[in-house]
Amino acid sequence: MTKFIIRRLLQTIPVLLGVTILVFSLMHLVPGDPAQIVAGEGASEQTVENIRERLGLNESIPVQYGTFLGNALQGDLGSSIRSGRPVMEEIGARFWVTVELAFYATLVAVFLGLIAGIVSAVRHYTLADTSIMIAALFGLSMPNFWFGLLLIQWFAIGNWMPESLEFLKMRPSGWGDSWRQIILPVLTLGTGGAAIIARMTRSSMLEVIGQDYIRTARAKGVSERIVTYRHALKNALIPVVTVVGLEFGGFLGGAVLTETIFAINGMGRLTIDAIRTRDFPIVQGTVLVISVIFVLVNLIVDISYRLLNKRIDMN
Amino acid sequence: MSANEIILDVKDLQTSFKTDTGEVRAVDGVSFQLPKGKTIGIVGESGSGKSITSLSILRLLASNGTIKNGEVLYKGQDLLKFSEAQMRKLRGNEISMIFQEPMTSLNPVYTVGQQISEALILHQNMSKKEAAVRSVELLKLVGIPSPDKRVKNYPFELSGGMRQRVMIAMSLACNPEILIADEPTTALDVTIQAQILELIKDLQERLGMSVIFITHDLGVVAETCDYVAVMYAGQVVEYADVRTLFKEPKLPYTIGLLNSLPRHDIEQDKLEPIQGNVPSPHNMPVGCRFAPRCPAATDLCRAKMPKLETDENGNQIRCWIYSEEWDGESEVNLYGETRIAKGRGTKTVLPD
Amino acid sequence: MAKQELLKVEGLKQYFPIKGGLLGRTTNHVKAVDDISFTIYEGETVSIVGESGCGKSTTGRAILRLEEPTEGVVEFKGVNLAGLSKREMRKYRKDMQIIFQDPYASINPRQTVASVLNEAMEIQKVLPANKRRARIEELLETVGLLPYQADRFPHEFSGGQRQRIGIARALSVNPELIICDEAVSALDVSIQAQVLNLLEDLQQEYNLTYLFISHDLGVVRHISDRIIVMYLGKIMEIADKESLFENPKHPYTKALLSAIPVPDPDKKKERIVLKGDVPSPINPPTGCRFHTRCPFATEKCVTDVPELRTTAGMKENHQAACHYIEEIASGEMQPNY
Repeated sequence: MTKFIIRRLLQTIPVLLGVTILVFSLMHLVPGDPAQIVAGEGASEQTVENIRERLGLNESIPVQYGTFLGNALQGDLGSSIRSGRPVMEEIGARFWVTVELAFYATLVAVFLGLIAGIVSAVRHYTLADTSIMIAALFGLSMPNFWFGLLLIQWFAIGNWMPESLEFLKMRPSGWGDSWRQIILPVLTLGTGGAAIIARMTRSSMLEVIGQDYIRTARAKGVSERIVTYRHALKNALIPVVTVVGLEFGGFLGGAVLTETIFAINGMGRLTIDAIRTRDFPIVQGTVLVISVIFVLVNLIVDISYRLLNKRIDMN
Repeated sequence: MSANEIILDVKDLQTSFKTDTGEVRAVDGVSFQLPKGKTIGIVGESGSGKSITSLSILRLLASNGTIKNGEVLYKGQDLLKFSEAQMRKLRGNEISMIFQEPMTSLNPVYTVGQQISEALILHQNMSKKEAAVRSVELLKLVGIPSPDKRVKNYPFELSGGMRQRVMIAMSLACNPEILIADEPTTALDVTIQAQILELIKDLQERLGMSVIFITHDLGVVAETCDYVAVMYAGQVVEYADVRTLFKEPKLPYTIGLLNSLPRHDIEQDKLEPIQGNVPSPHNMPVGCRFAPRCPAATDLCRAKMPKLETDENGNQIRCWIYSEEWDGESEVNLYGETRIAKGRGTKTVLPD
Repeated sequence: MAKQELLKVEGLKQYFPIKGGLLGRTTNHVKAVDDISFTIYEGETVSIVGESGCGKSTTGRAILRLEEPTEGVVEFKGVNLAGLSKREMRKYRKDMQIIFQDPYASINPRQTVASVLNEAMEIQKVLPANKRRARIEELLETVGLLPYQADRFPHEFSGGQRQRIGIARALSVNPELIICDEAVSALDVSIQAQVLNLLEDLQQEYNLTYLFISHDLGVVRHISDRIIVMYLGKIMEIADKESLFENPKHPYTKALLSAIPVPDPDKKKERIVLKGDVPSPINPPTGCRFHTRCPFATEKCVTDVPELRTTAGMKENHQAACHYIEEIASGEMQPNY
């Protein structure tokens, strides 16, 4: 097991290097002179030259990459062109907002998804199953921005729960003061994930329920409840864990739309704003941070999958 | 046989399954009796309904299966009339079961000890600790070396033979009255099969269980069983004590089956196989189900299904040849062997 | 006897690497087949028997180079197959066909029987296209199917019929050697007997040679002329059918034979029940591979690998790989259970 973790850790190094190369190339893939783009049209020669100097664009590309990587390793991702503040500081201010959102969204997705999936599997081919699966299909196909708007329309503006407009007051440092501040964005983000988890749980449960060892458990005289929760669920959850981990990673990176709709000052909005204003260091920083987190989440998923599913340990 | 010696009496069991192409009668007329302390073999080819029969007894059918008719009398009580809760008390306790695939029949995420303990905690009100101690004893009973270590193993850490021993230990946990063994050695190599057969026999003698042995292997039947029920296309077609069945089989199908079997212990000439294929469950013959393949089939066989008739020795057979209505020759040639029909052979000689 | 050698296997080894460690290097090998030699003569049926993991199927696959053997010579009609290029090998593939346990898995479910057979003939260029249809119908009749079934799909057939299709496909290219890898193992007894009879009839009609791979000693006794008993990648005993079943010499062969249940309730025989499981082929036991389970094993068996040999009281073509054939036969050595 330790061997596996070490090997898996070593494997992440090339992946992370690849990520940094991609992120670094962002600036150079944009057509035209990055400095000119950053400076905007009509900027003076001198301004463009200054920007070029500041971004280190006069150096050769490998040297630029080396500097970028070296700085990144020390936690220095440069400074924002707009605000002039260090990128890490900008991200740090927004990071926990997004993490909080993603965390609660994952909780909602797991909670709703598991219950729906289990009910659906245990009563498969009944009305309950069909309704849940239709609902899940809706959850999957509904675009976040639309569903978010609907929620605002129903709950916040429709006066059912005007307090929920408080999401606007969410502190940039994260960890909202009350659940009302985050419930709507969390639901918006979490429902799609819940649908995926529900479908996954259902198919995984159905597969497991057909296994020989479930019959063995029944032949022992175990009640259906225990068959479902003790014998089937633990096996069925193994593939679901993978999905949950990836969902969380996806929420971190994918909160862009939700944050924009609910005007939340998270990483997603930071990224969008940075793209709109051509603030390259910020874009590079957010993409890098999200990628690194995604890789780490994957690592954790792999390790927990391994712990849960001891059979893989065989070879 | 007096009635009180029969621990399980299955009468005219019928089980069907709903499938996409309609209802399938997988078991359609199964009757047999299991005397206490004895072993009955249920033997048949694939699709004969032998496994469905065993699952029907414990009412462990998949959700699309239902028992349509019949009685399963265990100590005189009809299990088909039991509530689900009553059945649960019985399963794994008084009647337990082992399955064909030891590789997949154990739950991969629990240790061997946890899985054996479960039945003990459930049926015998043992504490976790007591059950753990008893699990080690049971593993020792089924001949697993260093049982105190093995009890903490997960199934994937054990070989196929060892897993089947674990399955047996699990099924014996509560000293069952009846053990149903569904092809318990089919997935195992012969030398391991020999170990497991020996073990089941030995345990049966020590614990006094009755055993239902479901298998397609006639050799296994001959060695382990006292009585045999031969199944074909969902029905019991011949039931006899093991000696009679192998030495003087009466049914054309049984004779054909025995003659089809390549043997390692004697030199045989060309095999005399049964022609044709097993009928599809969607399209069963109206008369005797073996009639389309039977070398002796007559119009009567093709038109009317024979009943399972009991003879003076308590043996049973489902065949027109041995009935008074038989319309064929009095001497019937079956796969190179001759059988005397009842109708024209004996009954017609009674004019006065 | 002027028997013509058809296939000669010498020193065949098949090792499969096991990857492991931090860098995924080869850390060990599964020694599936470990230095075996035997010869098959034209027109005879030779069987390889043994339990799972003994290497019997691997041997069949290595002969056909479905997996490249690690070492050893496989000669077909005097030509070393291992030295052939892929292209040259294809010519010999026509002469050597294989039938698997589950023919369904090796037939494309979207092809009709006719197109399966047609394809086989096309690849090997056995007949011009306009004559193939007639040949296909003839082949189906040969294997006991009906000509009109040529345009059906594999799923429309029962297990026994599919095995007949597998046989028809093998026959379609006029092979000389057919390797039957557990070809009748999955079939019910009554169907198995039909297929066995068919194989025997075909052998007579087309002068076929069979290499029959099976775990079922009943089937093996019925169909074979000579038998090879394998255990953990090694040959334990080779003999003609009569010698092997009536006069087995190797303790493993004896145990194997005694372990099989006999369909005769009056035959209560002494059973040798072997202890324990078959060891892993990754690190097989030293010396004689069977010594961990053998009731006669001594120190010598742990250290020295026994060679196949013939002793007094054995026919000339009967060989067993045991240090103590004589001592066991004379009763000088007693089993130690």
